[in-house]
Amino acid sequence: MSFFPYLVAAWLFIIGLYGIVTSRNFVHLVICLAVLQSSTYVLLLSIGYRVGGVAPVFVGVKVGTPAVDPVVQALMLTDIVVEATVVALLLALALQLQKHANTLDPDKLKALEG
Amino acid sequence: MSTLAPLPVVIPLSVAALLAALNKFLHRRISEALSILATIATGVVCGELLLQSQIQPVIHWFGGWTPRAGVALGISFVIDPIGAGAAVFTSLLVLAALVFSLHYFDTVGTLFHVLMLGFLGAMCGFTLTGDVFNLFVFFELMSASAFALCGYKVEEPESMQGALNFAITNTVGALLVLSGIGLLYGRTGALNMAQIGRTLGGRLDGLVITAFVFIMAGFFIKAAVFPFHFWLADAHAVAPTPVCVLFSGIMVELGIYAVLRVYWTIFDGPFAAHRWDLRALLLTVGTITAVIGAVMCFGQRHIKRLLAFSTVSHVGLLTIGFGVLKAGALAGVALYVVGHGLVKAALFLVAGLLLHRFSSVDELELHGRARNLRATGIVFFAAALGLASMPGFATFRGESGIIDAAGSIGQGWVRAIFFFSGVLTAGAVLRVWGRVFRGMGKGEEAETAGAKKIKEGRETTQPSYGIPAVMFAPAAALVLLAIAIGLAPGIKNAARTAASVMQGRAGYQARVLEHAWVPVVPAQEENTPMGKGLAWSFATTAAGLFLAFLSLSSYWPRKHMLTRPVAVAVRGLRSIHSGHVGDYVAFLTFGVAAFGVVLAALVHLH
Repeated sequence: MSFFPYLVAAWLFIIGLYGIVTSRNFVHLVICLAVLQSSTYVLLLSIGYRVGGVAPVFVGVKVGTPAVDPVVQALMLTDIVVEATVVALLLALALQLQKHANTLDPDKLKALEG
Repeated sequence: MSTLAPLPVVIPLSVAALLAALNKFLHRRISEALSILATIATGVVCGELLLQSQIQPVIHWFGGWTPRAGVALGISFVIDPIGAGAAVFTSLLVLAALVFSLHYFDTVGTLFHVLMLGFLGAMCGFTLTGDVFNLFVFFELMSASAFALCGYKVEEPESMQGALNFAITNTVGALLVLSGIGLLYGRTGALNMAQIGRTLGGRLDGLVITAFVFIMAGFFIKAAVFPFHFWLADAHAVAPTPVCVLFSGIMVELGIYAVLRVYWTIFDGPFAAHRWDLRALLLTVGTITAVIGAVMCFGQRHIKRLLAFSTVSHVGLLTIGFGVLKAGALAGVALYVVGHGLVKAALFLVAGLLLHRFSSVDELELHGRARNLRATGIVFFAAALGLASMPGFATFRGESGIIDAAGSIGQGWVRAIFFFSGVLTAGAVLRVWGRVFRGMGKGEEAETAGAKKIKEGRETTQPSYGIPAVMFAPAAALVLLAIAIGLAPGIKNAARTAASVMQGRAGYQARVLEHAWVPVVPAQEENTPMGKGLAWSFATTAAGLFLAFLSLSSYWPRKHMLTRPVAVAVRGLRSIHSGHVGDYVAFLTFGVAAFGVVLAALVHLH
């Protein structure tokens, strides 16, 4: 198992943050957040990976066959569900912003300074 | 095994689902009654669990997956007095918010109650769980309900901006927590907190420090600790008042709760030899947060935003309480959270009353307009004194617990931070009281050091001539309760025992993994004389009153010598609170990196 997947996870985390910091459009920004989320998917899957392991379905395999860790896969699935909810909610908020303020640019919103 | 344990999550979530499904058919009054009944039932169950947990922590393994030979595979609730106490307190504040909103939202749909119950269920699960991934899931459920509640007034662009800032920063925080949990799982192969703590033992290396920094920073974002606090004022300024009560009263404090829980179950072993390094970091961060929050609080004219910055300042004090890393300080933190939550909730409810009655929460616009609301004014004034930790309030018991524990490790200087924060936040609230309820000082033409007026939409549609009882009663009841807890005998010892249970890592592990329990005997503390604490506390209150009087008075010669430095500091700080989510996430990234580098350097040096 190489350290390469961890580099990918770190890279996704960093470019996600970079996208959020520099974004000029809330829809784009929410998608950057989704990129940040995919970093956690890669991280969790890499942690559970075993070299030469089979998928964790234990029907018709010999006892003692190495398998990848099913727990992190369950965590990742939960993570996807939770974050899909959050992204949907964020996009709904962005939609309302467009409707009532006629802009999606964080730079153009000045009401909450100071 | 306790069959009651899952109910604090099951009751609110199932009633929420029922209300959501029957949204179209139920009369508004019926859904209000159902949600209030569900909240009361949750509170009663949590109270019973609190009583049971006095003997030993209550454990519930879902699906009967009990640990075999000391290895936990199932998901558990581990209910100790601090967790159960937090759940009781949550139910109480949700009840107050729901009663207040009976008259508040005339146009509110059933969905408001669905979200409030979801919020309640998530917060209860968050305080009761013993599994770190479960903690993350409840954290996200709590956050998602909170985002939707914050952006409830969809037709206002400010609301959407505040909710988006809140949601984006907090989601980044949740992802940091999840990454930290992933790293811990990679090292220990466990998700149960007791199991992780036992497997990790005392080993401290780069991976453990990284996991700790990710998890702590993620929860500190929710707790609004500097430099992660920017979202808080925006969210409070736009959220409906009953929601602000829950944000400031308990949600933010649950961020601190989570750090405490994770630290004492998992990371205390690895950091046992490096407590002073961690103390240095936490006391510094807490001090900065307390000072910035207090200064910004004094520089606001929007009452809800002012109260929000006061919360930032008090969270700084709680971070100091955590940073002392002592049982006495933890007991103090618990009492302070309760005392602060009660008076802050009352202050927000009064702000909501003003918005209902006068369609404004702008301090200058409201100048003298609430002169006739005598009783409301008294509640507001009393709550402000509670904010200054005046003796008699629960905040005073908490404050003295934290300061005494800090003094016992030679860090008595934190008293000065409590004094500074108390004077500025109470001074600001008392200034509002003087201007709005007594008509002192000037109105719109007053000097504000650049504070902008923020539009606040009405939340009620009926004409408002009087003060509805359901809006006034919760505020008054919360202040009275803060005084009752402040005067209750034996509360300090109960809090100390609860704190010792939370801190006893070996006892916690044995209880969860082997089902064994050794009663905790709280460490004896030397009896610190009350006199000094009392004197300081009265001095804080007096200085707060004086500051409020000074800022309202026009006769005071050379007043500018005192107010100008504050105004300069406020202007400087104001410029970094830009309302721009990109700036907030940039500060957040910097903060996480700085935490990690400083902590790693300190650990490496010693």
